[in-house]
Amino acid sequence: MPKSDFMEIKELITKKIKDRFNQAVEEISDFRNDLCFTIQKDKIVELAKYLKEDPELEFLMCKDVTVIDWAARKNRFTTVYHVYSFKLNFNLRLKVNIDVDPPAVETITSVWKSADWYERETFDMYGIKFLNHPDLRRMYMPEGFEHYPLRKDFPVIGIPGSLPLPNKAE
Amino acid sequence: MGLEAILQKDGFITTTIDALVAWSRKSSVWPMPMGISCCAIEMIAAADPKYDIARFGSEVMRFTPRQCDLMIVAGTVTYKMAQVVRRIYDQMPDPKWVIAMGACTSSGGMYRSYSVVQGIDQFLPVDVYTAGCPPRPENLLNALMAIQEKISKTKARQFQNRSMAELENAQI
Repeated sequence: MPKSDFMEIKELITKKIKDRFNQAVEEISDFRNDLCFTIQKDKIVELAKYLKEDPELEFLMCKDVTVIDWAARKNRFTTVYHVYSFKLNFNLRLKVNIDVDPPAVETITSVWKSADWYERETFDMYGIKFLNHPDLRRMYMPEGFEHYPLRKDFPVIGIPGSLPLPNKAE
Repeated sequence: MGLEAILQKDGFITTTIDALVAWSRKSSVWPMPMGISCCAIEMIAAADPKYDIARFGSEVMRFTPRQCDLMIVAGTVTYKMAQVVRRIYDQMPDPKWVIAMGACTSSGGMYRSYSVVQGIDQFLPVDVYTAGCPPRPENLLNALMAIQEKISKTKARQFQNRSMAELENAQI
């Protein structure tokens, strides 16, 4: 894609989101052509729906959902969504800052079904509760495990006795 | 000039039952290929014509634990997988041996992590540990030879399970 076209697309997206979600956009960053919007927690589903359904944008694909654990600050977690538009051949990143108590955000599976397992994995590793998620169970860790391994306060080697091991055979 | 040449005339050998049984056991160690991750590739390589594990009578990789004598645990064992490995081990009939192949199974290896068992000897009686990440096929063959050495020193009655002993006492 020519560079000018890319710039146009970026301006189009920025303008459209700004026009519609002006109050809710907390931050716009454009680092090395990676466009990223930080949006208020309660607007993420609305924004997702808009991005997917707007005929000029058509962000049909949710590539990834993950979380950053900042370890120490007021909004400890930031959920990150990567979405893609086939029409514009454009990757967009969305971020939502959420607090630790409780670490919860509305699910976007109502917009992108593929986010189902991404959110499950995020729940498994970071303990983020995705509200109204259809099937928020553990994915990698066994059911009944009580900790969230990728949180910064979780020890690398794990918590002894938290995962059951068979008795030693004779 | 094979065995047939020697056996042209009638003859006899003297040995003990223990030695005969141990010899036949060590010459037909059937492995259970517990290939969980990358070590499995080297385990497969040990079975190919270049390294030829058949020279040691161990070419019969059985995918049912009921027909196996030797479990080659080849790969990273996570806490979730540990339950499965133990369950398969329990289904193997006595006598049985275990090779911990590679760094992961021996000590957790490079996975010093919450999810990986730091050495399968926490839940399995390991006979031979194999170094390497992954070990070369020669190394696995060396481990197999160590197992054979171990088997050759066993007594035939050593592995009789209790129910057999009870049957014997009952003189059926």
